[in-house]
Amino acid sequence: MADRITLRVTRYRPESDTEPTAQEYDIPLRKEWVVLDGLNHIKDHLDGTLSYRWSCRMGVCGSCGMIVNGEPKLTCATFLKEYAPGPIRIEPLSNFPIVRDLVVDIGDFMRKLPRVKPWLIRSEQERPAKEEHLQLPAEREEYEQFSMCINCMLCYSACPVYALDQDFLGPAAIALAQRYNLDSRDQGSAERMDVLSSADGIWACTFVGECSAVCPKDVDPAGAIQRYKFTAAMDALKTLLLPRGAR
Amino acid sequence: MEPFLWLLFSAGGVVSALLVPALLFLFGLALPLGWVTPDYTHLSAVLGHPATRVVLLGLCVLALFHWAHRFRYALYDGLQLKHLDRVINLLCYGGALAGSAAAGLLLLT
Amino acid sequence: MKVEYTPFHPRWHRPRVPVFWWLRRRSYLLFVLRELSSVFVAWFVVFLLLLVNAVAQGPEDYRRFVDWSATPGLLLLNVVALCFILLHAVTWLFTLSPHAMVVRLRGRRLPPAVIGVGDLVAWMLASALVIFLILG
Repeated sequence: MADRITLRVTRYRPESDTEPTAQEYDIPLRKEWVVLDGLNHIKDHLDGTLSYRWSCRMGVCGSCGMIVNGEPKLTCATFLKEYAPGPIRIEPLSNFPIVRDLVVDIGDFMRKLPRVKPWLIRSEQERPAKEEHLQLPAEREEYEQFSMCINCMLCYSACPVYALDQDFLGPAAIALAQRYNLDSRDQGSAERMDVLSSADGIWACTFVGECSAVCPKDVDPAGAIQRYKFTAAMDALKTLLLPRGAR
Repeated sequence: MEPFLWLLFSAGGVVSALLVPALLFLFGLALPLGWVTPDYTHLSAVLGHPATRVVLLGLCVLALFHWAHRFRYALYDGLQLKHLDRVINLLCYGGALAGSAAAGLLLLT
Repeated sequence: MKVEYTPFHPRWHRPRVPVFWWLRRRSYLLFVLRELSSVFVAWFVVFLLLLVNAVAQGPEDYRRFVDWSATPGLLLLNVVALCFILLHAVTWLFTLSPHAMVVRLRGRRLPPAVIGVGDLVAWMLASALVIFLILG
């Protein structure tokens, strides 16, 4: 194994650049280093002006997502040696506006997320519970997969529908809505339906499936969306066929 | 409206995945290439049977709506023509409706 | 494009999506081909209706239809159509439906692979039934 590798990193300085450019850095190639270690090496030893986001270094915080050689990746979980001899292209997540260098603005997602009410909703009439709402392991299994989402935005970055139409609610927001819809303690699925089952919600999805392919937590947002399409379609059918009282 | 169009699309996807490969292989390849030579009277009895006709009509209608829905989104996203959605919807679902009517006329009369 | 998209960053960069975006990734290309399979599903409907009509008209018309479908152009069209239909069937039965369907057996959710096997069995049975009915 060669002991050095080149990172070709996207730079964008809004105060002086009109277009992003690529800058090359030559860094040590160590077998235990992930891409994020390489970026930290650049920041600490080569070029302190490079901007990027990171925090936990262990695939939990979801802030170090970038495009590595064209693929959306968590840079803390992507080893440099996989890409030897390089060079490795490091770009900011696609489908989001670039703020600076490798930092993107995910404000669009942050504004969409509360619209699907990703929290436990209980009936208004109900009196506050005196004890916790109990749940069986089998009931927890129903939504557990969707609760693994760390909002890293790799799915939005991989989604061509979101790339073409920024109004699309997007994979993670819908998967997180399903996380609560499928929770036995939740009573809010009817409240979420209007937003989810709209033209900019599940119906815009064409099941490309890339969101699930790039997800580092195996959330399977594509599966969540297709399953919800079935739920929403059955609900619409019931509304059409059954008299009001029998629903 | 969208949920119902999606249900038609899905149902069409299922029936065309299950039935069309065998049918197209038989009638589009095996028959013209002479790999199979079904007896004409048998074929006309099977294809003329009212039950077959009803099943085939169902297959045709669902397959056409499957096409309409998928093709609509292919034009929306693949060619970035979403701003022409009115024309595209008319072409796709109108086409599927017209095709269904033609299939009904041909198969049931 | 909405300007209020990033209130705190008036100068951000957003690249345009190229028209042929689906040529840039294998998975995107496969997706577009999968969507195009629907055109051949529609062609199959036309072909089937022509066949049923020819058979109903009598042995002469049926003969003529078979001769027409043996012309190189039409054979080629049907070979291409069959390839696309197979792409549709495989993606639908083995990637889409195992993801989208929730099938429960004695209260437990079946894993996607089992649903895929179920789809395979259904596909084989349906094809066998079609072949049996037509060839007698």
